[in-house]
Amino acid sequence: MDRQVWNWDFAAEQFPTILEAFLKYTLGITAASAVVAIVLGLVLAIARRSHVKWISWPAYSIVEFVRSTPIPVQLFFVYVGLAQVGFRLTALVAGIAVLGVHYAAYMSEVYRAGIDAVPKGQWEASIALSLSPRRTWQAVVLPQVVRRVLPSIGNQIIALFKETPFLIVIGVSEMVTTAFRIGSQSFRYTEVITIAGLIFLAASYPTSVLMRKLEIRLGH
Amino acid sequence: MATETTGTAPSASEAIIKFDNVVKRFGSNTVLDGMDFTIAPGERVTLIGPSGSGKTTILRLLMTLEKVTDGVIWVEGEPLTHERKNDKLVPASEKYLREKRRTIGMVFQQFNLFPNMTVEQNIMEAPISVLGRSKSEAQKRAKELLDRVGLGDRATAHPTQLSGGQQQRVAIARALAMDPDILLLDEVTSALDPELVADFLNVLRDIAETTDITMLIVTHEMHFARDVSDRVMMFDSGVIVEDGPPDKIFGAPDNPRTKQFLKAVIEDR
Repeated sequence: MDRQVWNWDFAAEQFPTILEAFLKYTLGITAASAVVAIVLGLVLAIARRSHVKWISWPAYSIVEFVRSTPIPVQLFFVYVGLAQVGFRLTALVAGIAVLGVHYAAYMSEVYRAGIDAVPKGQWEASIALSLSPRRTWQAVVLPQVVRRVLPSIGNQIIALFKETPFLIVIGVSEMVTTAFRIGSQSFRYTEVITIAGLIFLAASYPTSVLMRKLEIRLGH
Repeated sequence: MATETTGTAPSASEAIIKFDNVVKRFGSNTVLDGMDFTIAPGERVTLIGPSGSGKTTILRLLMTLEKVTDGVIWVEGEPLTHERKNDKLVPASEKYLREKRRTIGMVFQQFNLFPNMTVEQNIMEAPISVLGRSKSEAQKRAKELLDRVGLGDRATAHPTQLSGGQQQRVAIARALAMDPDILLLDEVTSALDPELVADFLNVLRDIAETTDITMLIVTHEMHFARDVSDRVMMFDSGVIVEDGPPDKIFGAPDNPRTKQFLKAVIEDR
């Protein structure tokens, strides 16, 4: 039997399947989790600043809990644990929820730094103009925060993207899971895992270069 | 009590601003120590004194950026720091403050323009979102105000594209767009390049001459204070040590601390 390290024909044959898993699942999961993380992260950041204890405390707890436990454990609890108490999520939804909430916790810290960086004078000018708190956030603070945090948020999304393979724990057939499945069926792992790795590289590297350009353009 | 009011103070009933035994402490540091004074509608009052003497705190309390430790501030016959509940005065809620502060405007030392908005948007924001003006109405008014401060052609510029003096003029226009009854000016020329100060003071002088807005001005520009104000209050260590018309304060101050302060300021120039 041919035991060469790299078989080009096998690689070419499997490439479409792996790419399809990437386009269908990895990108979709990344996009959906990123949306959850971007929105929930902001909510958590604003909630943590609240002077009302029952708003700030749960936000603080979620952030600290999520940041102190690893993703595979969280995936297991949300998918398997919740199902055992009768709350059954599909693997895909559980995966998106866990990655989304996990990165929301990290993004809330990014937002927090961004909010803290808005000068006190901006808040005071808003008070002096009698702007409502809602309008102050909407028209004055958040536009400045977004500008400041955009590059960091972009980098967080790249990090999130690279953690999608963790969903193998709950059997979501994203790209790396698919590659491993092919590997276990054909006993040829090198090609498929390499292809998956190269696809990650091909997607992440240009994005991070773009983020760096964005950082420079925004004057960081 | 070190407060020496020299005659001109209006009676409480006609006052637009009244400080009633106002105390402000930051921790153990007493910034205002039982402050009592009144200001008549339309008065142009300059607050002078060494830094840390409490004059900026007066403005910040009026703008509700700080809360009093004790005492009550009244504005236009209504309590500002407190609200009435069953004939009692209780500390004002955030909602009450939001309503009350509408008639008061403030211009800051550091301009504090919103960098994410154009000059025009800076001026239009509050009239639209707070007063409910239409966009076209707010825009027309912004244009008028910008013409008045000599920046009619910079409506669509961003604050960062303007000089300090220009930014401060936009800040004045922004405050005026809310049609305040009271305008607070907190060291508005301190962050400007010296050659721009005169220009900016001309804008202020024009506003003082053409409106009847009550103005409280914290400044180190003694010439301007003398020129534009009809009353000067000298602060030191949280109390008013002298209060009177500018000719008196600058020409023949009674209080030794006023004399000493003015001498130091003039030598500094």
